[in-house]
Amino acid sequence: MRPDLEIIQKWIEPETRVLDLGCGDGTLLTLLKEAKRVESIGLEIDATNIQQCIKNGVNVIEQNLDKGLSNFETDSFDTVVLTQTLQALSSPDELIDEMLRIGKRGIVTFPNFGNWRSRIYLASKGRMPVSKFMPYQWYDTPNIHFCTVKDFDELCANKDIEVLTRMVVDSKHKRGWGVGILPNLLGETAIYHLTRNKIRDQ
Amino acid sequence: MNESLLKNSVGIVKPQKFHFGSPLHLRSGKVLPNFDLVFETYGKLNTNRSNAILVCHALSGDHHAAGFHSSEDKKAGWWDACIGPGKVIDTNIFFVVCPNNLGGCAGSTGPASIKPETGKFFGPDFPVVTVDDWVNSQAMLADKLKISKWAAVIGGSLGGMQVLKWAISYPERLHSAICIAAAPKLSAQNIAFNEVARQSITNDPDFCKGHYLDKGTYPKRGLTLARMVGHITYLSDSAMRAKFGKTVSDFEKEGDNFGRDLRAGTLSFGFNVDFQVESYLHYQGERFSKNFDANTYLLMTKALDYFDPSFDFNGDLSKAFSASKCKFLLVSFSTDWRFPPERSREIVNALLNTRKEVSYLEIEADQGHDAFLMPIPRYTSALKSYLYRMYDEIKDNAP
Repeated sequence: MRPDLEIIQKWIEPETRVLDLGCGDGTLLTLLKEAKRVESIGLEIDATNIQQCIKNGVNVIEQNLDKGLSNFETDSFDTVVLTQTLQALSSPDELIDEMLRIGKRGIVTFPNFGNWRSRIYLASKGRMPVSKFMPYQWYDTPNIHFCTVKDFDELCANKDIEVLTRMVVDSKHKRGWGVGILPNLLGETAIYHLTRNKIRDQ
Repeated sequence: MNESLLKNSVGIVKPQKFHFGSPLHLRSGKVLPNFDLVFETYGKLNTNRSNAILVCHALSGDHHAAGFHSSEDKKAGWWDACIGPGKVIDTNIFFVVCPNNLGGCAGSTGPASIKPETGKFFGPDFPVVTVDDWVNSQAMLADKLKISKWAAVIGGSLGGMQVLKWAISYPERLHSAICIAAAPKLSAQNIAFNEVARQSITNDPDFCKGHYLDKGTYPKRGLTLARMVGHITYLSDSAMRAKFGKTVSDFEKEGDNFGRDLRAGTLSFGFNVDFQVESYLHYQGERFSKNFDANTYLLMTKALDYFDPSFDFNGDLSKAFSASKCKFLLVSFSTDWRFPPERSREIVNALLNTRKEVSYLEIEADQGHDAFLMPIPRYTSALKSYLYRMYDEIKDNAP
């Protein structure tokens, strides 16, 4: 199992409602359906992934996240999940707002561009990092809004979003002692559990 | 008959007819004291009677959805591409039922039937029937076949509207609802096209105020015109360009002539048929006029215009679906401008708002509204996978 999914599923309560934005082939939702009996809907735009969802019995809606989520009612889900998709959105900040409007809680995972590998690559070669982890050239990458753990922390602070839990894991998706001390330098994948700040809601 | 046609086919099928002696109370307030429904079935009903699928036909369809009527029959049923052993609706595992709707002209009681009390054709006296009435009569058919719950109710276009109404009216009686290329209700543009079709029929002198059968005639010109208009709305601009744009000339490369193929190679400089598209529409319209009843056409277009399941729920479509228990699959096609993807998304959103299990696919296809009848790989593989999934869920249900 993809390690970020393993962490996420621990944060989701049984028999709740989950919306997965960019649900891929439905791996997470299949897992949650079996382990937690959640009611779920996935959004996806890739035809092959959608077909796989149908095959797996995952409720999937063909919908482009860049066109917004205004068709979803406020507070209609317990958790809204966005895994490894944030960096490919045209307006990631607006989508985060929408996630926390539709769901009571949000879970976001993204590749941390502040990782030492990216820093060294850019600093030493003077070119945009290309790696096994992020295998695209700058001109053909779907990832148009890279951010670092620090950047995302700041966005949450500015938006008055409460970070319930933040986990940053390394390339082996392990959480060694080093990552704990220097998450933005050593972490490759960031995993956030978010909610709207209660003070703002009052 | 060509042996290859029979391969993967349900083969030779025989329509059945049920008589219903109990009255059907129609949406209009009128009552049909008794009626006949003609239908076909394919595949075998399992012992726990859980593997039945209802296929609902669209405007000009009928009960003959798959297979052939005789060994001389050259044309298979209207959805033969998708119904058969190993096909999308796999008759190796499902029992498929397809009725001709009430008011139709293929054997079920309709305007072209004889009214028992008078011994004359119903003609224009046949009551206006709605999608609600069709669904109620289909439920009576299910009762008679001892099918208490459909594994799936499937339909495209007007057929898809019947699917939606099933989910609303009989929530306990279907496991899944598959609604293809439909809309939650017609737009003004849709109604406008229907009205042009109706006017062309009723203004034909041979229409005889609907009593043409008593006079031994039929409104050929009106019905032809109505079908021509309808046909335009079923095709997309790109589909027409491809279909009628095959000529290569010195200044027009193939596929580059906007579908302006000429019929006789030159312009006539008169008001004759110059272009292939004109001749095609004439042919389609005329062929249709010979095989379809004009009063039925009027009824079917009215059923479309009147369809609005939100009407009984203060215009709230979500509320209409709130009691539904089935899973939903909706499919739309990119170039369908009769019921474009936005219209299917309205249904999807209403279902999401009332927290139903729903999947939705928007298929990239050039064929316009007609795409729902075409074997488009992405569409058919999704439908097939979905139905296999449904089969797994219902096969062991108690009878």
